[in-house]
Amino acid sequence: MLRYTLKRALSLGLSLVVASLVIFFVIEVVPGDPASFMLGLNAQPDTIAALRSELGLDASKLERYLAWVGGMVQGDFGTSYTYRTPVTEMIGDRIWVSLPLALYALTLSTLIAFPAGIYAASRRGKPGDMAVMGATQLGVAVPNFWFAMMLVLIFAINLRWFSAGGFVGWEKGIPAAIKSLTLPAIALALPQSAILARVMRSALLDVLGEDFMRTARAKGLTRRQALMRHGLRNALIPVLTIIGMQFSFLLAGAIIIEQVFFLPGLGRLIFQSISARDLIVVESVVMLLVFLVILVTFLVDLAYAAVDPRLRSRT
Amino acid sequence: MMLSRNILFGGVLCLLVITAALISFLWTPFDITQMDIPNKLQKPSAAHWFGTDHFGRDIFSMIMVGARTSLAVALVAVGIGMGLGVPLGLWAAANSGSWLDELIMRGNDLIFAFPSLVIAILITAILGPGAVNAILAIGIFNIPVFARLTRAGALPLWQRDFILAARVAGKSHARISAEHILPNVANLLIVQGTIQFSLGILAEAGLSYVGLGAQPPTPSWGRMLADAQTMVAFAPHLALIPGLAIITSVLGLNLLGDGLRDYLDPKIRVMRS
Repeated sequence: MLRYTLKRALSLGLSLVVASLVIFFVIEVVPGDPASFMLGLNAQPDTIAALRSELGLDASKLERYLAWVGGMVQGDFGTSYTYRTPVTEMIGDRIWVSLPLALYALTLSTLIAFPAGIYAASRRGKPGDMAVMGATQLGVAVPNFWFAMMLVLIFAINLRWFSAGGFVGWEKGIPAAIKSLTLPAIALALPQSAILARVMRSALLDVLGEDFMRTARAKGLTRRQALMRHGLRNALIPVLTIIGMQFSFLLAGAIIIEQVFFLPGLGRLIFQSISARDLIVVESVVMLLVFLVILVTFLVDLAYAAVDPRLRSRT
Repeated sequence: MMLSRNILFGGVLCLLVITAALISFLWTPFDITQMDIPNKLQKPSAAHWFGTDHFGRDIFSMIMVGARTSLAVALVAVGIGMGLGVPLGLWAAANSGSWLDELIMRGNDLIFAFPSLVIAILITAILGPGAVNAILAIGIFNIPVFARLTRAGALPLWQRDFILAARVAGKSHARISAEHILPNVANLLIVQGTIQFSLGILAEAGLSYVGLGAQPPTPSWGRMLADAQTMVAFAPHLALIPGLAIITSVLGLNLLGDGLRDYLDPKIRVMRS
């Protein structure tokens, strides 16, 4: 297990280095001069020169890359050009919206998907199964930002149960904060739960054909007991992998939903920074998201190997 | 064999969208660049089947032309993914275990690690918003999907006798890949193609919604939704209809993909008959 962990950790480190190079290249090299990009078309040459030296752009590309990465390793993401505040602080504020939102959506998605998937698998080929599968087809086809608008229309504008957007902040109390994240979380959770329910169903159906399930039935368990005690546990492995992937997707994928609900999360920060041409913020937030995605994948890999020893020798 | 319900239903939905897009080249009920302010925000009626928007433009016509944008962006994005991903996958499988294989697959892993939406937004933000850049941003993420799938499908084939025969006959790796491997993984690619196509439509809608996709005056379903957002309280049909258009095409493609997977898989076909 140690060898496997080290090997995965090495590939984690390598992925991060390459990812940082790609982000750095895409943002700083491709569009030409970041300073003139930030200041727009009508900027005076001396303003651009001043910004260049302020941003440390007169240094070589390699030096700038190393300074950026070195700073990040120490938790220093640089200073925002527009707001003149440390990027670390800006991320710190926003992550308390994005992270709980992703967790909330993931919880909802799991709560919907598990019963749906188990129900469909236990009713394979019957009307109940077809109904669940039909619903998941629809769930996958619905764009989440459109679903979000419909939720706002129904629950905020017509029924007035929730506010149409914005985040009240955690200082207003946990229930109020959670309430303002509820519609966004539902909008995010719907397509994810449809995918998860399908995975759950097919994982269960795969397991149902196994010998140990026949043994369980032979020793006198009912279909339902065998499914719950032996089937579910074994079907969970692929399901957990998908949940891990979904978490990173939700974290980064909330970007448009945050836009619909005017939530002050990381996604909105990226958008605002892009329109303000605040490249340092964009660069750092994207790197942070990539880091989180790679980290979650790494943890899922480890958890997977801990559960299933066969995997350790394979890689 | 009878075509399955999935293929029929999915096919009909897809055909509907494609037909609307094709007809829009020749004819739309109204001119979509024509504003008609006195008739703005009309509910669906006999004259305007889907109603009119805040400029009095006919929504039915805009949906027809919008279908063109969605299909074109998603289709070309799939083309990019297949065009680059399939050769890479074939190459990796033919040289499986080599550093080249390792390099291609690790590169693919890396693209997967990037949150695609964030990067797509980044690309369109840097290169400038527009349909062409949206295609690029979506297409890049299709490359590893097809490369992986092709490699996974091709690897077991290389162990088969008919490939061995081809090698003994003196055919090069490239020729074997093109003549023997590719036709045998084509089914997989067709099925994945329809799925990526539907994901492309969703991605295009998302990018247009945040203003980074096709630019005015080119109508696009995503931007129609963005325009509708502030008016959803008093004109819900503005948001409802483009959303339903997106769902129709994505649902159609997914059903078609599912149906084709079953239809093209000989194992399932034997089981059914």
